[in-house]
Amino acid sequence: MLSIKNLHASIGDKEILKGINLEVKAGEIHAIMGPNGAGKSTLSAIIAGNENYEVTQGEIFLDNEDISELAPEERAHKGVFLSFQYPVEIPGVSVTNFMRTAINETRKANGQEEMPANEMLKVIREKSELLEIDRKFLSRSLNEGFSGGEKKRNEIFQMAMLEPKLAILDETDSGLDIDALRIVANGVNKLKSDKNAIVVITHYQRLLDYIVPDFVHVLYNGKIVKSGGKELAHELEEKGYDWIKQEQEA
Amino acid sequence: MELKEKLLSSFMAFEERIDVHAELHDVRTAALKNFENKGFPTKKEEAWKYTSLNAVLKNDFTVFPKQENTVQYADVKKYFLHEIDTYKVVFIDGVFSSHLSATTHEGIDVCLLSSALNKPKYKEIVDTYFNQIVNKEESLTSLNTAFANEGAYINIPRNKVADKPIEIMYFSTGNEAALLVQPRNLIVVGENAQVQIIERHQSLNENPVLTNSVTEIFAQKRAFVDVYKIQNDSLSANLVDNTYVSQKEESSVAVNTFSFGGNLTRNNLNFYHFGERIVSYLNGITIIGEKQHVDHYTLVHHATPNCESHQDYKGIFTDRSTGVFNGKIFVEKEAQKTNAFQKSNNILLSDKATINAKPQLEIFADDVKCSHGCTIGQLDETAMFYMQQRGIPKKEAKALLMYAFSNAVIESIKIPELKQRITKIIANKLGVKMGFDL
Repeated sequence: MLSIKNLHASIGDKEILKGINLEVKAGEIHAIMGPNGAGKSTLSAIIAGNENYEVTQGEIFLDNEDISELAPEERAHKGVFLSFQYPVEIPGVSVTNFMRTAINETRKANGQEEMPANEMLKVIREKSELLEIDRKFLSRSLNEGFSGGEKKRNEIFQMAMLEPKLAILDETDSGLDIDALRIVANGVNKLKSDKNAIVVITHYQRLLDYIVPDFVHVLYNGKIVKSGGKELAHELEEKGYDWIKQEQEA
Repeated sequence: MELKEKLLSSFMAFEERIDVHAELHDVRTAALKNFENKGFPTKKEEAWKYTSLNAVLKNDFTVFPKQENTVQYADVKKYFLHEIDTYKVVFIDGVFSSHLSATTHEGIDVCLLSSALNKPKYKEIVDTYFNQIVNKEESLTSLNTAFANEGAYINIPRNKVADKPIEIMYFSTGNEAALLVQPRNLIVVGENAQVQIIERHQSLNENPVLTNSVTEIFAQKRAFVDVYKIQNDSLSANLVDNTYVSQKEESSVAVNTFSFGGNLTRNNLNFYHFGERIVSYLNGITIIGEKQHVDHYTLVHHATPNCESHQDYKGIFTDRSTGVFNGKIFVEKEAQKTNAFQKSNNILLSDKATINAKPQLEIFADDVKCSHGCTIGQLDETAMFYMQQRGIPKKEAKALLMYAFSNAVIESIKIPELKQRITKIIANKLGVKMGFDL
């Protein structure tokens, strides 16, 4: 589904990604781990099309289509979703209205009719129950005054509403207490199917106890330096990242 | 002939046409004298540094329309808040239109200044209030006073609450090649009384118009007054709005100015406090493009203790448009425990757009809280990326962000239908149709 080939990217003069290769198939969960500053968030932003970064080399394919030149919204319309580490506050626009706009713009781009209002309400009810979100919450301004946990839960609620092919969860566990973490992970697991794929970006192994990955990759200094199964996450949890750094610098 | 000469020479003819009593004649003559001495303001004056009337004044304005013009309601319905019932005081090219208006004398007075100025039963009120709070040194205000004859007269007596909003509407038909109109409004809101007022100046074709309007608002003890000024006029329309607000103790007055259009717009908004525990709100949203110019020139004069003022102005500028925000807060020595806040937030969407923001605080009391903040920026790129990531195209994402940016001011609109109308105008301005009522 997602195929990244020799991806190099920089911001200004600084090269951040130095040749990333990654293959994610439908039905798989991949975890990308690594120390701070390794380029994890950059990678997720670039897959989603953030124009602040310049891709200097390499390609990103989604279902065999090169998406590296597409605008962020075009990638979203094709099924790419990025759960933000720091979701943005939008005063005066309710969660419901934001979702209505996002869904209908996506449908429009894909040549579909707008979702009828009653169906929209039904889906909203269903998905908010899945994330244990209170109805009152949905009429509040998007992310404005939300706690860290509420913001993250709201991101996964949006993921549930948009049903993406490829979901990238960027540090979704940061700022979550254990109960919220369980709710969010439970939501993600219920959304998982053999037709979609999930890439979890995280510094800690904690989230991976709940969202169990098929593959774990270690990103260091702009490159994937190690890949393995879920046991690699445990190894990292035990030993930290220093041995990776030492291995690389040796 | 230059406009100034034309005005000076037509004064006698003007006074002959209308029925004036002696006191008014003296007021007018003094005002004309001041205008004659000072003339139209130029950029040499500090207060007009960023706004030039030169190009506008080159038009050959008709000072008095030659004929009475009529307008069909169906053609102008869209400018009214027709979703709800309102009182209406409507003028066409400066002349009262009875068939478009809905005035009243039942419990409250919503009618014409010309009749208030001339009928004996209003004499006491006119003597007490007319021309009492204006800045008599200001030349454009003086010019208006000299020719003041028509406009809205609103009197909400003590303990009365106006049962519906009042719309004051000035249409110009464009039947004259270029027209100067000088409306004069007098609004008196008694003790414990309440009223909501919507004011709009609208030209109906592309001929140049210059409106030099003066409004005096007197809010007595514990009065509540909400004023909404809608400025969404054609590119040939120019407006100088001089509004003077006098507040007595515990009164609350809000003036909300929505500047979306016109060629040149200058809002001189002045608040004066006469009593304790007064609250004043000055809110504004400005969204302009092309070569439009909007200048907000505000003054809040804190003269008494324990009062508050809140200024919140949001501006979005595209193309070659220019904006000015000059906010003056004056706190006299006696005005201890004053809370005076001022915010002017601006977004420039093009390299050619400019905004001049200038806070002016003069504080002579030592126990006060005053703050001001001017920001000038571009649209938040992270927020744009966030919305685009959710599938919302750039144009719509931009619109949502600008809506969010002006939201605090939109939220202060207390008439739901008006709030909807303003959000719709904003959506139109931004060129988007959202899936919900923006």
